[in-house]
Amino acid sequence: MAEPDNLLVAEKVRKEFGGLVATDDIDFTIPRGSIVALIGPNGAGKTTFFNQITGVYAPTSGSIVFDGTEVTGKPPHAIVELGVGRTFQNIRLFAQMTAIENVLVGMHCRLKGGIIGSVVRTPRVRREEREARDRARELLVYCGLPRRHEEYAGTLPYGDQRRLEVARALATNPTLVLLDEPTAGMNPQETADFIAFVTRMRDEKDLTVLLIEHDMKVVMGVSERITVLEYGAKIAEGTPAEIRADERVIEAYLGRGAAA
Amino acid sequence: MSEALQGFASRVRTERGWWVAGGVVVGALIYPFIVETLQVLPLIGDFVPRTGSMVVMLVFTMMALGLNVVVGYAGLLDLGYVAFYAAGAYTAGWFASLQFEQVTFHFGSTVSNDLPGIHISMWFVLAAAGIFTTIVGIIIGLPTLRLRGDYLAIVTLGFGEIVPQFVRNADESGLGFDLTNGTYGITPIDSLGFGSFVLRDQQNKDDLYYWTAIGLILFTVFCCIRLRDSRLGRAWIAIREDETAAAAMGIPLMRTKTWSYAIGAFFGGIAGAFYSSFRAGAFPADFFFNVSIFILCMVILGGIGSIWGVLAGGMILGYLNIEGLSTIGAKVQDAGLDFDPTKYNFGIYGFIIVAMMLFRPTGLIPERRHKIELAEGVRDSPFYDVQTEGTLTDRDPSDN
Repeated sequence: MAEPDNLLVAEKVRKEFGGLVATDDIDFTIPRGSIVALIGPNGAGKTTFFNQITGVYAPTSGSIVFDGTEVTGKPPHAIVELGVGRTFQNIRLFAQMTAIENVLVGMHCRLKGGIIGSVVRTPRVRREEREARDRARELLVYCGLPRRHEEYAGTLPYGDQRRLEVARALATNPTLVLLDEPTAGMNPQETADFIAFVTRMRDEKDLTVLLIEHDMKVVMGVSERITVLEYGAKIAEGTPAEIRADERVIEAYLGRGAAA
Repeated sequence: MSEALQGFASRVRTERGWWVAGGVVVGALIYPFIVETLQVLPLIGDFVPRTGSMVVMLVFTMMALGLNVVVGYAGLLDLGYVAFYAAGAYTAGWFASLQFEQVTFHFGSTVSNDLPGIHISMWFVLAAAGIFTTIVGIIIGLPTLRLRGDYLAIVTLGFGEIVPQFVRNADESGLGFDLTNGTYGITPIDSLGFGSFVLRDQQNKDDLYYWTAIGLILFTVFCCIRLRDSRLGRAWIAIREDETAAAAMGIPLMRTKTWSYAIGAFFGGIAGAFYSSFRAGAFPADFFFNVSIFILCMVILGGIGSIWGVLAGGMILGYLNIEGLSTIGAKVQDAGLDFDPTKYNFGIYGFIIVAMMLFRPTGLIPERRHKIELAEGVRDSPFYDVQTEGTLTDRDPSDN
């Protein structure tokens, strides 16, 4: 293959909300097995771009190809089935469900139990449920939640809720994980721990990670490639070292004149 | 010794629910034998419902349990549930009455063989009504379940109005052939066959229908419990809480919502067919909007999403409607007051609901999850729609 092995290829992805251009013909690729970051100031279109990859919004124009399959305009659940898992910027757990149930919801599309099977509780459904629960517990432990599996997600402390969101995303059995500002609200120590966890998770679970961050310092250490958005347009792309030296990025973050 | 006692006490606590449930079931099963004894008791005797009234209460409770799957589990407000009741009742009318006298077809029915019309055993008709209503549920659900919240409620309300209007007009003059016998309704509808336990008289008929209704309720409760604890049940709760997150976790929204609608319809259809057989007719005047609201009130009174709560709410409102209010009215008039509560029945139900909302908003027997909902609130924001580009539903305001 002459081309590098890209898990996700987005071409000229554009989204307009009325007159507002939220993402302006963005080209973007994610190499398989890498940790890629998408950064930019508030309102730069990071989450909108994210939502187009996951199918929450259909792009106005452009195409997104995931793992060789065109996903543009597909419904979110179909994209999850192909292997894209995500977390949310402002935690969106199912507060009325227990931690383990949240993870089980994430497994929904990997389980098969149908209506009649569930009512009769056939041996196959029973075994599937038991195995799913075991796997859910493993995932929770893996993500740093060794206890409180039967507590309602809404009652967990903030840090545990963040961990639970990652566990729920992993439960969909993804090849690409999208983390939307996962370190928001964490203190520097927690942030450092989380960054270490992301790298470990990538290596152990054979994942590709796309990270949205608002804070540049967080992504410098962990990502292999960084893309910078401003006002919906891509202004820079490259390794952390290149980004750090890029004048337009400095300008976007610190204001005109800071680069001089 | 004390350890043994504690162990016993905790076992009693965990098993208490099952003992209560078992006691209720046994009590319910022997009810026809003890009802006459109960009715002569001092003070409360007058308030003990007849077995025939119990059948009607159980039928409406079964519908409430079906509606609970839609409203309580999946969180979809359905104001047109009566449509499924009607669909079930008319299925019974079509397959177990003199309605289609141009054909004569008998299969395991209780009526004599020379009667014209389609007469299939009511037992099969119950199953057929369930399946037919499920299909109706899917047909109504597919276009409407794209809507959310208030909009969905309005459209279901519309369907609840369309169905009785349709059955009123689907006769010779309206449709070209007589499908529903218009405003007269279809009557008589065949009875359930009970083999050698033949329907000797009204009392005997009430008893046999009563036990059948108990069986149907047990079946419904069983299905509801199993579904609640299944993969599908989890998906419903997830959708109820946060559609966007549910879809982002791989739950197909349309399919999952449509299933809740179809399953709710299934129970409504069986209940409708059973009821039409019990009262030997299906009449369009039975399928008005207030019935949908009445069933919804049962769910709210009992506790949205809670099976035991809906059972209680259904039986209480069902009782008030069929006997309770008139009994109370008679007592009031005996006491010399000129007040007839049956005239104000919907005012009274409304008052009960308002009082519940004020003092116990989670219902009589709340579902544990809904307690949290009231304490913490749910996130619910408009969700994407690929087709309606640029509309309000296109943007998630909380997500950027």
